[in-house]
Amino acid sequence: MSDSPGRDPLRSEPGAVSPAMIAASAVIPGVGHVLAGRRQQGALLMTAWLLAVTLAIGAWSRIAAVPATGSADDWIAVGTLLAMLLSVWFAGTIGLARSHGGHSANRDSQVSDAWRRFRRSRTAMAGLAAIVILYAVVLLTPLIAPYDPGARVGDLAQVRLLPPSREFLLGTDRLGRDILSRILHAGRISLTIGFVATAISIFVGTAIGAIAGYAGGRIDTTLMRFTDIVLSFPRLVLLILIVSLFGRSITVLILVLGLTQWPSTTRIVRGDVLSIREREYIMAAQALGFGRVRIIMRHVIPNVLGPVIVAATLGIGNTIVLEAGLSFLGLGPPSPTPTWGVMIEGGRDVLLSHWWVATFPGFAIVAVVLAFNLVGDGLRDALDPRLR
Amino acid sequence: MTAYIARRLLGAIPLLIGIATLIFVVMHIAPGDPTVTLFSPQVPPGLIEQMRELWGLDQPLHVQYFKWLAGVFTGDFGYSYTQGRPVMEIIVDALPQTLVLTLCALVLVFALGVLIGAYQGVRQYSTGDNVLSVLALFFYSMPSFWLGMMLALIFAQKAHQWGWPIAFPVSQPTSVDYDLLSFGGKIVDRLRHLALPVTTLTLALTAGVTRYTRSQMLDVIRQDYIRTARAKGLPERTVIMRHALRNSLIPVITLLGLYLPFLFSGAVFVEHIFAWPGMGRVIVGAINQRDYPVIMATSFFFSVLVILGNLLADVLYAWADPRIRHE
Repeated sequence: MSDSPGRDPLRSEPGAVSPAMIAASAVIPGVGHVLAGRRQQGALLMTAWLLAVTLAIGAWSRIAAVPATGSADDWIAVGTLLAMLLSVWFAGTIGLARSHGGHSANRDSQVSDAWRRFRRSRTAMAGLAAIVILYAVVLLTPLIAPYDPGARVGDLAQVRLLPPSREFLLGTDRLGRDILSRILHAGRISLTIGFVATAISIFVGTAIGAIAGYAGGRIDTTLMRFTDIVLSFPRLVLLILIVSLFGRSITVLILVLGLTQWPSTTRIVRGDVLSIREREYIMAAQALGFGRVRIIMRHVIPNVLGPVIVAATLGIGNTIVLEAGLSFLGLGPPSPTPTWGVMIEGGRDVLLSHWWVATFPGFAIVAVVLAFNLVGDGLRDALDPRLR
Repeated sequence: MTAYIARRLLGAIPLLIGIATLIFVVMHIAPGDPTVTLFSPQVPPGLIEQMRELWGLDQPLHVQYFKWLAGVFTGDFGYSYTQGRPVMEIIVDALPQTLVLTLCALVLVFALGVLIGAYQGVRQYSTGDNVLSVLALFFYSMPSFWLGMMLALIFAQKAHQWGWPIAFPVSQPTSVDYDLLSFGGKIVDRLRHLALPVTTLTLALTAGVTRYTRSQMLDVIRQDYIRTARAKGLPERTVIMRHALRNSLIPVITLLGLYLPFLFSGAVFVEHIFAWPGMGRVIVGAINQRDYPVIMATSFFFSVLVILGNLLADVLYAWADPRIRHE
């Protein structure tokens, strides 16, 4: 490793790592980093460790009950907690030991190059941190949520529409359910819908765009005409139409959101493919006699992935807002399932008298969508070759 | 120029047929038909059949399709199942309400967006630029329906409660006593009712225009002709306003077309919240009642508006940039 080309002078190691530091990190991850002079990383690791351990101890009674009565969600939560503890511990010990030798193996690759530029943007990193925390919180919900999201917390006459208090941090809703617990549980559904629907749309959009751009001619014209038609249909109207006709369920929502979002991706991909098709390396691949499918999969698509990743990140935020909107119009998942849109809708009638019911789920949406948009912006800047 | 417009108009016809077809297909592959709302123990068995016959649902699909297409081109969308009057009449009532709302918002969105974006472009990385960027992203990340509710909460209810000098109404385009007001009073009343819905739409959509104008401005400012303009001693003001801003505005025109679908989507929510009797309310109501002719007609009109907007944007673009129309 000592002959790795030109170690970055800006990232010179502040101090050597001794076995004692690694041992210290094995007891409390992060201490070793601090001793080695990497205060920021160390503080981060220690905070994460502290939070995870506190949670494990605090929620011990719930964790202990999981093997007997746990649902899949409970198991996922316990698994997440375990993964958190392990990854922080390993980052504290093995990560520290490894960093000693320097890890510059693929420093020049495109990915690490983009990552370096992404890291420079403070807002984008804040967004990324927020997303990681949000997903962790959402996965850990069964261990964190103070109350059952579906059941009222006491006698209806007494717990209905309570304002935020120490007992119910964000208040209770019309049916006496704890709003904080509901927001946490709804987050899982909203984030899942956003993620899966965007994955579908990116897959379909990239496929259609690549085929249209690479094939050209009549196939291109037909596909793009169809794309234009879908694009000039106000998406919300199409969504309302399909969801109301096909019935409200999470599956329908995911499919519909995914299958109406692809046209914008298609446009981006097709545009890029048109220019990539004329490059020398594609000609070289053709001259070598590779099949069309292989050329598209191996040589064209990897080179359009940058803008696609950006579109996907921004798309998740967009999808979450749309899903909330549909739920708000009464077209969300059916009744017992909480989503943020449903919760806001439920607070609409009592907005002027009990503001907290509709306000807090909205903040949750803003936080999540803002985080995705920040990361999307950061990625766009990091992947934009013009800014290199 | 006339030839260009004519060519574009002709090009829009297949698109319209495509959209009409898409609407028809979506409506007919969906399970169930409008008569499901009639099923109940009290309904005599023959009635459903009668209704299907009356609504033309017993005819073969291709006949229904061509009838629908013919209706699209003659402006005859049939009768509403639930309101008992021609669909066209419902749309004629609702469309102006939506247009007032969306046009006001559109003008504000572009005026504000261009102003703020240009300022940010000129003062890149200044405190003002950073604050405005964060603010823009914040509003951009907000669901418009929630924003509308929060505005209603603050500027209608709390403003009243806290004794602010102005509180805005939150429902309907006019007050109950509208007919009794003087002419000036009527205008003020309408503006007051427009305030919150239009603000909601504007706040939700301005961010995109701002960001786009900013990046265009940054691109243009680095061009050689800007340096030339500065070098020949023009005042900075003239350089920015006459040379930089004008050229960076041309691509902003394309946003006009791209923004209409978002504007109408926003309008659906805003109308829902502020009880605004426009197209958005019509379509949501019609969908809840499975009023097929109204659903199909309103979806079609929304698409027509989007296509018209795109056309307008293209024509404006060709007018502003001669390179396009001679292609």
